[in-house]
Amino acid sequence: MEGMWNSILDVLKLFLSGDQKLYEIIFLSLKVSFSAVLIGVLIGIPIGSFMGMVDFKGHKLMVILIYTLMGMPPVLAGVAIYLLLSANGPLGQWQLLFTPGAMIMAQVVLVTPIIAGLTMVAVRSRVKIFFESAVSLGANKVQIAWLITREAKNGIMAAVVTAFGRAIAEVGAVMLVGGNIENYTRVMTTSIILETRKGNFDLALGLGIVLLVISFLINGFLVAGVLPYLQRGEQV
Amino acid sequence: MRKITGKLTLVWTIIFSLLLTMSFNAAAFSAPAAKKVPAKKVLKIEPEVVLATTTSTQDSGLLDVMIPAFEKKWNKKVKVKVIAVGTGQAIQLGKDGNADVILVHSKKSEDEFVAQGYGFKAYDVMYNQYLIVGPTNDPANIAGAKTALEAFTKIAEAKGKFISRGDDSGTHKKEVSIWGKAKIKPEGNWYLSAGQGMGETLRMADEMGAYTLVDEATFLTNKTSLKNLSQGDKELFNQYGIIQVKSTKKPVAANELIWHFISPQGQKTIKDFGKNKYGKSIFVPNAKKR
Repeated sequence: MEGMWNSILDVLKLFLSGDQKLYEIIFLSLKVSFSAVLIGVLIGIPIGSFMGMVDFKGHKLMVILIYTLMGMPPVLAGVAIYLLLSANGPLGQWQLLFTPGAMIMAQVVLVTPIIAGLTMVAVRSRVKIFFESAVSLGANKVQIAWLITREAKNGIMAAVVTAFGRAIAEVGAVMLVGGNIENYTRVMTTSIILETRKGNFDLALGLGIVLLVISFLINGFLVAGVLPYLQRGEQV
Repeated sequence: MRKITGKLTLVWTIIFSLLLTMSFNAAAFSAPAAKKVPAKKVLKIEPEVVLATTTSTQDSGLLDVMIPAFEKKWNKKVKVKVIAVGTGQAIQLGKDGNADVILVHSKKSEDEFVAQGYGFKAYDVMYNQYLIVGPTNDPANIAGAKTALEAFTKIAEAKGKFISRGDDSGTHKKEVSIWGKAKIKPEGNWYLSAGQGMGETLRMADEMGAYTLVDEATFLTNKTSLKNLSQGDKELFNQYGIIQVKSTKKPVAANELIWHFISPQGQKTIKDFGKNKYGKSIFVPNAKKR
């Protein structure tokens, strides 16, 4: 037991003392997850807003599809991207396999359905309230869409936070397509797996705690820093 | 502000209770040593036994032959739970008392395991070769190298891409020892530390057209475009050992499982394994008490 606490303290000391190797791993984790969420936002929010506002033929099927993809096993996304980028796969000549780019691609596949699905729910709950008043004020279609999406921002924020949580905690896909290469594609979660495989369970636990601390800081930033800024000047 | 404080308290409660659960679990794992089995019950086998082993024994398919035969021999009264992980983790599982028998291939770590009092009844079981494999065009021209040291030196000089397991496994330790004997510190863009299992590392080498050190069993049982470029060198000898965990609560099943691997019958099964499919034995039996 004592050995375990010492190891955890050692990891926390590395974290606090700004150990270069540990920070490279942390920054790569953040870089990959943020990039994936950013791309997921650019694709997922328009899809989710559209699905939340417009009814069309096959809408239900589309909704079921998005909900299904929200629960996609990470390693499945990883295998798909792996086959795509493999040397003799369709995109093999891009030479992206075992690079951070491949890891971002796999995570985009994972987070986009989450952002789209949760945005859709958030937008739909706002449509009823705002649609008629917007029409009566003479807004055109684009203005209505923009207004309703803006009104749904609390829900969309939750979508982004959830997607980020999924991305930063994910290991199956990044291990497969990133390869866990030291100083290049090794991230927090794959380091935890590696230390576990080596039998350094306590070190793995320490790294896990660091990961939670970072998630805590980032969510704190999103909730306490960004959300009030978005809500400025309005009644909540 | 009060709202946020409330949220923070909730978050901390969750984190704290998670940690608490973990430490309880950890405490449960380090339970006191096994009770002595009364003499008259000695031949009654326990219903299950945990074998911690390396991925190579499982991925090669050897255990798919050995384990069912063992269970059949005991009329299914005993079930073997196989945990296939890296040598480091397998040994740690033994130290923590979460495995009853370990079957691994890193002599030095095994000797330490026994010397530190975690295990006894240590036997050599079988061996095979490590191979240095690489792309067929062999950019560092190691095919002519007579020894592993020479091959590694050539790879380093030519800065041929090399993928290391980098996971403290038996294979990784062997690789490190060869670099050490060649007096080379492998560093730079050409040397990648993957921190993954043998199958994954081999696949990465295949994708990237790189060299790697691989055990023969994994190489034979995985399809790649890589080629074996090493000669039979004593340096590349890969010995597997089986050890009983001292604190096991299943001494009969553990003992019988070890016997199953080192008995003449078990050794023959090992010798015959893979002959039909690959035209040669994947593991060479050489049971011996250490």
